[in-house]
Amino acid sequence: MNHSIIRYIMCRVLEFQAAFLALPCLVALYYREKAGFSYLIVAAVCLFVALIGKRKKPENNVFYAREGFVTVSLCWIVLSITGAIPFVMSGEIPSFTDALFETISGLTTTGSSILTDVEALSHCNLFWRSFTHWIGGMGVLVLVLAILPLAGAYNMYLMRAESPGPSVGKLVPRVRHTARILYGIYIVMTLILMVLLLCTGMNLFEASTHAFGTAGTGGFGVLNTSLGSYPIVAQAIITIFMILFGINFGVYHLFLDRKPKEAFLHEEMRYYLIIIAAAVILITWDVREMFGSLFEAFHHAAFQVGSIITTTGFATTDFNLWPGFSKTILVLLMFVGACAGSTGGGIKVSRIVILLKLVKNEISHLIHPKRVKHIYFEKHIVSKEVTRGIQVFLISYLLIFAGSVMLISLCELDLVTNFTAVAATLNNIGPGLELVGPTGNFSIFPAPAKWVLMFDMLAGRLEIFPMLVLLSPSTWKRG
Amino acid sequence: MRIIIVGCGNVGRTLTEQLSQEGHSITVIDRDEELTEEVATQYDVMGIGGNGASFSVQKEAGIGHADLLIAVTTSDEVNLLCCLIAKKAGGCNTIARVRNPVYNKEISYIKEELGLSMVINPELTAALEISRLLKFPSAIKVDTFAKGRVELLGYKVGEGSPLCGQSLMEVSAKLQGNVLICMVERGDQVYIPDGRFRLQEKDVISLVAAPKHANEFFKKIGMTANRIRNVLIVGGGETSYYLTKMLQAMGMGVKIIERSKERCNELSALLPKTLVIHGDGTERNLLQEEGLAQMHAFVSWTSMDEENVMLSLFARRASKAKTVTKIQRIAYDEIINSMDLGSVLYPKYITADYIIQYVRAMQNSIGSNVETLYRLSDDRVEALEFVVGKQSPVIGIALKDLKLKENLLIGCINRRGKIIIPGGQDSLEQGDTVVVVTTNKGFHDLRDILK
Repeated sequence: MNHSIIRYIMCRVLEFQAAFLALPCLVALYYREKAGFSYLIVAAVCLFVALIGKRKKPENNVFYAREGFVTVSLCWIVLSITGAIPFVMSGEIPSFTDALFETISGLTTTGSSILTDVEALSHCNLFWRSFTHWIGGMGVLVLVLAILPLAGAYNMYLMRAESPGPSVGKLVPRVRHTARILYGIYIVMTLILMVLLLCTGMNLFEASTHAFGTAGTGGFGVLNTSLGSYPIVAQAIITIFMILFGINFGVYHLFLDRKPKEAFLHEEMRYYLIIIAAAVILITWDVREMFGSLFEAFHHAAFQVGSIITTTGFATTDFNLWPGFSKTILVLLMFVGACAGSTGGGIKVSRIVILLKLVKNEISHLIHPKRVKHIYFEKHIVSKEVTRGIQVFLISYLLIFAGSVMLISLCELDLVTNFTAVAATLNNIGPGLELVGPTGNFSIFPAPAKWVLMFDMLAGRLEIFPMLVLLSPSTWKRG
Repeated sequence: MRIIIVGCGNVGRTLTEQLSQEGHSITVIDRDEELTEEVATQYDVMGIGGNGASFSVQKEAGIGHADLLIAVTTSDEVNLLCCLIAKKAGGCNTIARVRNPVYNKEISYIKEELGLSMVINPELTAALEISRLLKFPSAIKVDTFAKGRVELLGYKVGEGSPLCGQSLMEVSAKLQGNVLICMVERGDQVYIPDGRFRLQEKDVISLVAAPKHANEFFKKIGMTANRIRNVLIVGGGETSYYLTKMLQAMGMGVKIIERSKERCNELSALLPKTLVIHGDGTERNLLQEEGLAQMHAFVSWTSMDEENVMLSLFARRASKAKTVTKIQRIAYDEIINSMDLGSVLYPKYITADYIIQYVRAMQNSIGSNVETLYRLSDDRVEALEFVVGKQSPVIGIALKDLKLKENLLIGCINRRGKIIIPGGQDSLEQGDTVVVVTTNKGFHDLRDILK
């Protein structure tokens, strides 16, 4: 293991964290809030540590998959801890566990909160909460790769460890250019959303926090009712953008590359949109009696489906009160998740589609035992390595899921709460059902359960393996 | 530039590595998907699995935007087809590796008809490289500038050489400024020397000179570089065939030892004036019987690296011949460099270097002004050839008055075909080409040599 290069990259990441932390200071300056000082102090400390730590250049550039996984998981942990300190220092979330939970929930774009009264927080804390969504959505190391000239072959390992999806591909030959394109699309789309929200009458603060929450598919709001008290136009805009941010960013690159035909034929996107359409129709039909008009039912169904499948977690209404069929669909959507290569979480549509094709293949194999058949996805043969990776992913995912449900069930809450709490955190969604539903929150859990859920959030965002590699003893063995 | 490389073999990988380092956007295509994946991760390029000659695969690789396609698969036909399709589909420049001698005879026709920008025959270029080495028996490495008018020669200062202990000023006083020592390797260090630099035994010096003057230089320092008159080649591959033709044209006698009877028959039919010997070149008796001890040069060019190394080591012990060794697959350069093998050639580097030179020249027309570039001494030193542009700030100022960067030397000036080894009074004119030797990296324009 090459410790020096991991240290070096982490110091560079800390520099970025210092820059990120400077933004809430500006907000605090505008609203004249004292909490801003805590951000200033933490930013200064981060910068100081980073400047000292990076002075010694790494001795060698040996960097392989192992280093990639470890660097990414460690960076996320460090970002979470440094991001949590201002909450504690400002005194608005006094418990460190709670503050860390809130920050991890933000960075991993989960949006699960332990706060009972969001509105009590100062503006700069609210801004930071939402901004962590935006950072975590596309990933910090991708940003680092886009900006810093980290020469050498290792950037692909970093990108692979941080980006979601069964097989991470590049859009253009260079990782650096790929990262820039991704962030370019991300920033432009966020800005468009922000402008549209401003047009609906939100002020700049609300528009930016909600844009960050939507872009990163996070889900922290600034009001206790989440998005419930905003005009229907704003809700509709956010519905559309949530769904857009859940699409594989490769599709947007195809548009920019003037290949609209390929973009429209993108297989994962098509399945994703079909799933959304089907879920919306079923839920609209199911909840039609609860709302005044069919349009209203459709509006709320679409918002909720978009919010859950993209793993955002905004709410316009308390879907915990919806009939069982709708709730079941929403819980299932939690597991499906968004497209690979988007900012959303979950298992990812592409994995589900490939798994279903595998099942179909296996059945065909049972009937014609000698049949030779390949699985195609996006017009390419899916290699054995990728299918194996997906299977292993699913198994580890289920094991972690089962283990987490077991562990948190020790705190005597009902099954649905426990089950959906883990589903909501491992899939980076935010709200679950019952006690952790849209009106509830995670403060009901005792500290140990929160630590389990924090692990779930990180594991879910980084797609399990980086965290498992970090915890595996053989990673740290010498030689 | 956007470059597509078809084929991830030895040469393909070397090209990918070097061109990626130089900042180009590269997509590699190979049938072996695992291999492309590996190359893509290792060199930060895009990898696509598939047949490079297929239009849809090329389209996926972005042939529409590509500036250049380089086809270096094992098959000549595939390479040519790749280039043909790329030309029609994307209108980009194309480079093909074609090694079959049958095509090679018709190469200018093929090149013209298929619109290829460059055709490279690795065996032919390797042979050219060897013949250049044998032309200057005292040099261990030869690179050329100014379309062959200037040579950059590597020479190892031997025991008791008159150069030992001399400062460069004294050396150049003796030699009347026709030759310039522009780089000295001592142990692991590389120096760009100034006039006060003193040479020592075992230094490897690189000098710039016109070919005529280079031979004079070697004569003056007592290396009466006995012109090579006979050469023994072990291994009768295509390279040996081309090399033999070149050497015979220079008036040298050539013997080839080849293991396969069939190939011997072919060779003797192709080269009636050559002594073709059927036998195992690793057999000691055979080598001695064929007069290894009297040979002026010995080229070990079999398909086995280990055999080549052993043969050269033996030849150096058993004779005074200048040895040339082929290393095909290298992973341990340091070890090979530490052995006394004489000149060592890496065919894949030779091929890759030729192509990279073309790529650089292509980039000239886009922005950079580098005409040729050589990486010397494990990439630590660059020798670059620039054209002096119209408004260059260096025009008309005596070299000694220019504020040049540290560790930099102007090696030679080519003024309309006349080679000038510059002194402090010389100055540059518009249209000159200049060779700059430096340990600084990343020069794009002659302006970069100034502080």
